[in-house]
Amino acid sequence: MINGVLHPKNVVAQLVQQGVSHYVTLPDSETAHMYEALMAEPSITIVPVAREGEAIPVAAGLFVAGQNPVISIQNAGLYEAGDALRGLALGIGLPLVMFIGYRGHNRKGDTPDSAATFLEPYLHMWRVDYFVVESNDDLDRVPLAFERAAKTNQPVAVAIGTEYAKAKTLEEVGGSR
Amino acid sequence: MITYADACRVINESRSEAVAVTTMTQTKYWNQVSGEPDLDVGIANAMSKASSVALGIALGDSERPVICLDSDGSLLMNFGTLATIAGMAPKNLYHFVFNNGIYSITGGQPVPAPDVEYAKAAEACGYAVAHRFSDIETLDNAMPGILSSDGPVLIEIIVKGEPQTDGVDQTWESNARLPQQLRALRKRLTGTDDWGSGGPYI
Repeated sequence: MINGVLHPKNVVAQLVQQGVSHYVTLPDSETAHMYEALMAEPSITIVPVAREGEAIPVAAGLFVAGQNPVISIQNAGLYEAGDALRGLALGIGLPLVMFIGYRGHNRKGDTPDSAATFLEPYLHMWRVDYFVVESNDDLDRVPLAFERAAKTNQPVAVAIGTEYAKAKTLEEVGGSR
Repeated sequence: MITYADACRVINESRSEAVAVTTMTQTKYWNQVSGEPDLDVGIANAMSKASSVALGIALGDSERPVICLDSDGSLLMNFGTLATIAGMAPKNLYHFVFNNGIYSITGGQPVPAPDVEYAKAAEACGYAVAHRFSDIETLDNAMPGILSSDGPVLIEIIVKGEPQTDGVDQTWESNARLPQQLRALRKRLTGTDDWGSGGPYI
């Protein structure tokens, strides 16, 4: 059993702690509530993109200009973004934390959704380090991802393994502000 | 019909201290005229993404003009960038599209729809202004005004469609140069030399 349903406001607090400036995103079901939570956080600018392949190049440009971006896309979108990951993250040594919606993940090791079954082999193929975050109890993995990206000058993935709780249920799920 | 060399020359004459993000054939000709190599980035290792990198730089340093020398084949491969740029509406982004109707560096095969009008597409997406030029005198006269207007601006340039297989900046060497260029640009923009090594080239 997963304790403490993952709440987007807790993830936003982690982003603020890390000094994140921009959240480059194409929303997906797993991380949709992050968008709503970020609307209430003035220190982070949301940059919506039309296609996932744009996210890494936009983040690369932001980093070059002195900003501290993250991206957030779904696993299916990460596959679409493969060439950008190759050329403009791995290829340039970009220290970028990538939040990846782990669509289809069910913790039982058996899912009919190939978007889920391919994610971890795909990350291994690219030699991208990653952390799976499924609950509030896993949130200490977020700063580890930032630390790893900064230390290695490489992209690091945070796979969001469950849908965020809706904001209105914060108290119900026992999340912290 | 405009030549790549003439277009790059007149753009460079109005460039001042703008960042220049180039790609494909444009990089070859831009490198021949640019006097600010520390402000130049030639995107050789991710076709179609020059405009996306330029958008990131423009959003990250909103006080400095950013010009992007894109092409029709590259833009078609990343067409959603028009909507993304229009949505963020950076006032300091000037998106040039060199339209020759062909894939120059692969031998001159036609792009899927050679008659696309990119200025009209940009206007439809919500760019602040869009222009289309097919002679160098008109482009030359318009350049100072373009770079002093609020963006995002798309400037479509009809260029001579000839295969450009010699000296095009898309090689292993240029892929290795990209991380160096990006680090030099970050140092120039931020004043700090804090981006260490990482990846296969550096």
